[in-house]
Amino acid sequence: MGKLLQIQNNERLNRADIPHLEFDVFRQELVDFVENGGQIVQFFAYEDQGAMKLLAVMRNDKLFVAGCDGPDHFDSLTAESEKFHMFEREIGEQYGLKAEGHPWLKMVRYHENYTGKKDVFDNDYTQDIPGNYPYFQVEGETVHEVAVGPVHAGIIEPGHFRFQCCGERVFHLEIQLGYQHRGVEKLLQTVPFKRLPIIAETIAGDTTIGHSLCQSQAIESLADLKVDEGASIVRTIALELERIANHIGDLGALSLDVAFNPPAAYFGRIRGEYLNLSQVLCGSRFGRGLVRPGGVTHVMQEEQRQLIREKLAELTPEVIHVSDLIFTAPSVLGRFDNAGTVSHENGEKIGLVGYAGRACGLPYDARVTFPTECYGDLPANTNEKTDGDVCSRATVRREEIMHSTALINTLLDRSAEAASYIPEEIKLAADSFVVSLNEGWRGEVSHCILTDDKGEILRYKVKDPSFHNWTGLALSLRDQGISEFPLCNKSFNLSYCGFDI
Amino acid sequence: MLKVIKNRLEQGHRTTKYPKAQIELYKRFRGLPKIDTKCADGLVQRCAAACPQDAIDTKTKQIDLGRCVFCGLCETLSEGQFVKFSQNFELGTSSRDDLFTHGDLPALAEHSQKHFKKLFGRSLQLRQISAGGCNACEADINVLNTPFFDLQRFGIQFVASPRHADGIHVTGPISENMRQATLTTWEAVPGPKVVIASGACAISGGPFHGSPEIVGDLNSLIPVDLYIPGCPPHPLTTLHALLNFFK
Ligand code: SF4
Ligand code: SF4
Repeated sequence: MGKLLQIQNNERLNRADIPHLEFDVFRQELVDFVENGGQIVQFFAYEDQGAMKLLAVMRNDKLFVAGCDGPDHFDSLTAESEKFHMFEREIGEQYGLKAEGHPWLKMVRYHENYTGKKDVFDNDYTQDIPGNYPYFQVEGETVHEVAVGPVHAGIIEPGHFRFQCCGERVFHLEIQLGYQHRGVEKLLQTVPFKRLPIIAETIAGDTTIGHSLCQSQAIESLADLKVDEGASIVRTIALELERIANHIGDLGALSLDVAFNPPAAYFGRIRGEYLNLSQVLCGSRFGRGLVRPGGVTHVMQEEQRQLIREKLAELTPEVIHVSDLIFTAPSVLGRFDNAGTVSHENGEKIGLVGYAGRACGLPYDARVTFPTECYGDLPANTNEKTDGDVCSRATVRREEIMHSTALINTLLDRSAEAASYIPEEIKLAADSFVVSLNEGWRGEVSHCILTDDKGEILRYKVKDPSFHNWTGLALSLRDQGISEFPLCNKSFNLSYCGFDI
Repeated sequence: MLKVIKNRLEQGHRTTKYPKAQIELYKRFRGLPKIDTKCADGLVQRCAAACPQDAIDTKTKQIDLGRCVFCGLCETLSEGQFVKFSQNFELGTSSRDDLFTHGDLPALAEHSQKHFKKLFGRSLQLRQISAGGCNACEADINVLNTPFFDLQRFGIQFVASPRHADGIHVTGPISENMRQATLTTWEAVPGPKVVIASGACAISGGPFHGSPEIVGDLNSLIPVDLYIPGCPPHPLTTLHALLNFFK
């Protein structure tokens, strides 16, 4: 794999310096790379002066990039490795380039492609979603199908689930999304620059900081803006608060799903306390309006430091006690253990990220491998429990709550204060490329920006960790009772809107 | 069992006394904006040009709370001289026009349609529809069911089936891919029924306004009875709106 160019996270490159390979060479390089344990960060198509191109960003413990021309039809890479499967479907849907021989070439979000090329799926978009979508079917006398959604029985996002069952036992679950598609990438490429931060914050509302960090860092790199230490501290604290709030909420919900109600009630409230700490930082429970290219909009002064410090001191023992209540209840462990297992091997094959990956022994954590902001000199969390089941995913999250709390406490003791925020005119470097990665609470979040010869955004690519991990949820249901679905689902808690963009 | 009891004692009773007692939100929270109409035109124009949501009208010097995402930029830029956000979270209105404001919203309780109070004052069941937003709106609705807010003590419930509901509560800009499902769910609710648009998305398309992939404005699809602005609306904003509109 000598032909890929090694790069750094958030490093601006001249597009001309990115290796432009023959398609066959490009294909072989990527296939070899993933065969050796590498994973895909970004793999997408774009249009440059009327010509179609492909670009890939790959990772092992380093980052690599390469590109090639984008043929209308090309030999599917998915035929060689599952890791490409969702990316190639997306390339087909967005730009009309067809991966020939792709075993599962179905729409991703159900929209017309951007190029006016013939639709890869033969869809007629005046018809309602999902169009031509042959669901995977298991045949046999005792097999039956259960279809759920898009509108579910609760306050939850829409998505369609198809179970192939024999009695209670699930052979296969297919997850078909697209309902939350609102054209985010296209907006990011076309709207006035001032709208970008607001859109980044709302790609997945529970990952507001994760996505806005990626965007801000990418823009900072393209516009050569420096971020001071005080701002980095606030950003890091905000990202960890986001992680804690989500982990706590989900541990409570997992408890509810196995009918152990008290922890659900406690953690439901306690999650709100952490959201309120984000509100102390920036006035919004979700960290809205905080991270902007160049820094943060709100300075953390002694008053806010103290409020956060005191609240953490009050909440941490409660969190420990409620966690203990969950993880020592036999009725809980009886349900968590061995439920919804994704093997290490399968996790690697589909490129699971975040706690779902770590729970099956894939240690990748972007905070450690590609650190941004303050992470370079902060200690990492190492999880021991790696059975790939609900219990492992829950355990990783329990540990990460304590780890994040320790990180925040460390950072609160650092005295650097951010400079006051002054919005300024931003000019992006022309003909450039940057990719940004951050470890959001669900896993690796990544934004990639290409600019044209005038410094306008030519292509803006967004990837939420859910893009990888939905396949993991589908696999976790294999050979499970269908009644385990809510539990498995909550143990991943994936984003519909982050996937559907 | 001992652990259950110990935790129960540690947690105690945490439900807010709101609305009997007021809640003060932290000073950085951005609620109802106060606008100084005497502010110099130049500054208003600067804010309007910078506003990511194009929510500021330079002629009337009003903010459209249906578009505003409460990012706070106009306050920062004008150093509070044009816009200053208060911590008042009472933002719900019964008409879209009222959301164009200088910071003085009509009292919601008096603008509710009387028969709604009579029909739903003691019991209100809502079906929530999530239609293309970012899921933060939904998250802060779910929060109302936690012990701190304990929505059900007011006789208000979010229910699973539209057949059991008195109305719909919609979040998100209604993605094209959710248009049909939204309509179908609304049709499945037996009349008389209410329609609530919650969050900048459902009111105006929010951060996604202008995208061809969304409807962008619930009212263009189904007539809206109650607007709850915010991005997302604070749980107290929603609670206040529901209590004042229906109680
Ligand atoms: S707070 Fe609202 S009006 Fe002010 S700049 Fe932000 S979106 Fe515009
Ligand atoms: S209004 Fe704001 S918070 Fe609510 S769904 Fe839309 S973008 Fe998300």
